Amino acid sequence: MTMIERARKRRMHRNLVAGAVAATLSWTVAPGAIADPVDEPTIEVNGGEFSLPTRVEPADHVKDALPEVMSGWLFRDADTRAMQLDDFENQGMIFADSGAEAWDTVEGTEGKSCASCHNDIESMKGVRASMPKMNEAGDDLWSMENFINDCRVNRMGAEEWAWNSQPMKNMTAAISVQSRGLPMDVAIDGPAQSWWEKGKEMYYTRFGQLEMSCANCHEDNYGNMIRADHLSQGQINGFPVYRLKDSNVVSIHQRFVGCVRDTRAETFKAGSEEFRALELYLASRGEGLPIEGVSVRH
Amino acid sequence: MAENVKPRVKVPKSASAGEVITIKSLISHPMESGQRKGPDGNLVPRSIINRFTVELNGKNVIDMQLEPAISTNPYIEFDAKVDEAGEFKFTWYDDDGSVYEETAEIEIS
Repeated sequence: MTMIERARKRRMHRNLVAGAVAATLSWTVAPGAIADPVDEPTIEVNGGEFSLPTRVEPADHVKDALPEVMSGWLFRDADTRAMQLDDFENQGMIFADSGAEAWDTVEGTEGKSCASCHNDIESMKGVRASMPKMNEAGDDLWSMENFINDCRVNRMGAEEWAWNSQPMKNMTAAISVQSRGLPMDVAIDGPAQSWWEKGKEMYYTRFGQLEMSCANCHEDNYGNMIRADHLSQGQINGFPVYRLKDSNVVSIHQRFVGCVRDTRAETFKAGSEEFRALELYLASRGEGLPIEGVSVRH
Repeated sequence: MAENVKPRVKVPKSASAGEVITIKSLISHPMESGQRKGPDGNLVPRSIINRFTVELNGKNVIDMQLEPAISTNPYIEFDAKVDEAGEFKFTWYDDDGSVYEETAEIEIS
């Protein structure tokens, strides 16, 4: 092969590649409509036992960022959405049931179960909707996991559960289900305000080798596809979620770890100050959205 | 022994004679296929539910063989024609010899 032939071949190859790229672009842009979130006003669970609004007006502190606050349910496939409509088909409820059993189980040196102090688990109604919040001493922002471990160690004399351990996720699922349908409403004033500011700063800070912030996907591009995935607003009202990918419930911080890792960054640890601050900020972005109990996502 | 195995069934409370009803069942089970390797590099031994049966008043309604490709927490839904009132008996058979049972009553209205 002469040098000229070789050069011509290279040029042809280059043109072919350019053509392929153009074709791909036009293909991804054209059917934009299929990437739109579905137009369902409510999630009707158990044939209407719970009617959960999917879109709410944004709170004052997120008005500039989001025109409308939307449940992640709207962005999922029809099959995935359907699983959440019936508690029997929602496999997350298996884990919530295990958590409810653990609620009545005596553990630790004090001979107590959760029920010994808190009575029926239904007394936890509303708890999930206000999490995370400042602890009683007022010196730290706690997620539900912190409150559970505080009870276990200081009142039951039992061992701490690891943040993403199965018993912990079962318990947070069981407690969250009690608040299903209640609107998210976290305190972001007073001592929580500095945490909220920190969370907000994290939300807009680019992390990792890909230099992506939460906002790049979940504020600027929700409704668009990121490769094969349909980006939602990243709301946390459905957590803990049953994730089909894991065949298990997934905690809020576990999901944070996944997102930050995907930016090719060293992630913060589940339960860290950073993630608790981010959790508070995200909860405030979803203010007004109903707790979806254990939701189902892909 | 698989841990936290919990069977659940959903059967309508009543049906008219000869009606075809939908029955749903779900059991929490890891359904370990026996093909995966653990952190130590060794195969994780197979541990699945290998058979599922349903009887109405002792008469067989469905008898199903399950294979390792069936995923965690098997959900089985099927239709059955009901001619008489009575009790549905659901049985799941585990590889390890455990048998999990659940029952549900149905009336004829």
